[in-house]
Amino acid sequence: MRTVSHIVRLGVAVSAIATGALLAPTAAAESTFDVTVLAATCANCHGPDGRSPASIPTIAGRPESILLEQLRAFQSDTPPAGTTIMGRLTQGLTDDELVALARHFSQINAQP
Amino acid sequence: MNKSVNLSRRTWLANIGKTSAAGAALLSMPVYAQGSAGHVVVVGGGFGGATAARYVKRRNPDVRVTLIEPATTYLTCPFMNLHFGGLRTFDQQAHGFDDLRKAGIEVIHDYATGVDASAKTVTLQGGETLSWDKLLLSPGIDFRWNALEGYGEDASLLAPHAWKAGEQTRLLKQQLEAMPDGGTFIMVAPENPFRCPPGPYERASMVAHYLKHNKPKSKILILDAKDAFSKQGLFQDGWKKFYGDLIEWVPLSDDGKVERVDAKNLTVVSEFGETHKADVLNVIPPQKAGAIAEVAGVTDGSGWVPIKPDTFESTLVPNVYVVGDATIASPMPKSGFSANAQAKVAAAAIVNSLAGKPAPAPVYANTCYSLIAPDYGISVGHIYKMQDGKLAEASGGVSPREADESFRKLEAQYGESWYNAIALDIWGTQS
Repeated sequence: MRTVSHIVRLGVAVSAIATGALLAPTAAAESTFDVTVLAATCANCHGPDGRSPASIPTIAGRPESILLEQLRAFQSDTPPAGTTIMGRLTQGLTDDELVALARHFSQINAQP
Repeated sequence: MNKSVNLSRRTWLANIGKTSAAGAALLSMPVYAQGSAGHVVVVGGGFGGATAARYVKRRNPDVRVTLIEPATTYLTCPFMNLHFGGLRTFDQQAHGFDDLRKAGIEVIHDYATGVDASAKTVTLQGGETLSWDKLLLSPGIDFRWNALEGYGEDASLLAPHAWKAGEQTRLLKQQLEAMPDGGTFIMVAPENPFRCPPGPYERASMVAHYLKHNKPKSKILILDAKDAFSKQGLFQDGWKKFYGDLIEWVPLSDDGKVERVDAKNLTVVSEFGETHKADVLNVIPPQKAGAIAEVAGVTDGSGWVPIKPDTFESTLVPNVYVVGDATIASPMPKSGFSANAQAKVAAAAIVNSLAGKPAPAPVYANTCYSLIAPDYGISVGHIYKMQDGKLAEASGGVSPREADESFRKLEAQYGESWYNAIALDIWGTQS
């Protein structure tokens, strides 16, 4: 899983620093995917970590399959009734990104 | 002024060298100003700065984060227009910093007056000098006083801009309330780029709402230096529906551009010499990046800040990041939401860089809700990604023009919900 591999890589970097062995920059030239960066764009409306304080729905802690189904429905040419802005936003995301978002928010508890 | 800091830094380094053999190894890796994880100083406690401070701390609690903001209570510009419509109190716009302190962020209420990028220090008005490993500036805007003839800071006390929330907002509201029925409210709208592209038109809507119910014989004249504006069709449809001909918009091509302001007499003169007399005059003047950006050397000839679009690090000064209204981030608008989104990407880039890791791939969003009347909201929203090394719209658009009442009502509710969510996300406050 992506998150795990990030943690593993970070662990390697940290131990390298600790031993003083990290003399040359090891940073890869290209940037990496981090679902928390993508998910942070949701918090502006859906609340911190997807826990909404008001009428925009909470997305934290909802089943992954339901979140993904809803995101794909927003993105489709026939979004569900009552859709306002989510159609306009999800069209800019790839299916891989929708999958990652659904998994990410499903793993957060609805209550802090 | 920064010599003492340099000296103490050198002394500290020297001491490390002396203490043990490990010192030699330490010297070959990044040495951070405060502790092993580094020190991030953030200037500006608004939508960009407070977000950046919170998300740096969230991503790595070991990083020391200091937030510099003069105000003990931050007043937001977004939703302040609703105050003119009588739909929102001043206090609902106020956010304190207690929750950010609870998150482990050191908040200093002072003005940042100096930046030394080579010594990596920032100086405060109170005399303190802080060292940083990464500096993030979110200074918002300042005004180009007298760029519009006759409109200096003194003139703003007679003809308020109210384009920064605070005393100016109170002044414009008082003037509006004192205006006689049948009076003319003139708004001078600026050329692009400026803070909050839909802002002037939402303000006109909210002033119209107030006038319709309190002073129905009055009129709003918007004198615009542009021929088009954000969400234009939706605004004009809404104005016609709710306010008839109460609002008149005069574009650049119809001599809408104001060349001269006489704040004492509340008159303005257009490009082609027509004089307009106001009872209340609201001048939104030309703008530039907030002053500290220029002091830090991150602005270009335009007065705004060029940034690397994947991290929002300055293209001119390394290790200095700038987010929000001060930046050149087109096609992202100068909005609170944009600042929040940019700050989150910058925070991730900063934390990764301090740990010797590459920046994560950026994704940005922006959504701006505007209220035309109670229960009648409209929106614009976009996703932005990198394309050929530049920021580009990946998707987005404005609310459909043909939408029904329930759609507008839902967007009005979502606008309010957005405000509550983003305030919680940034300051941890609920209004």
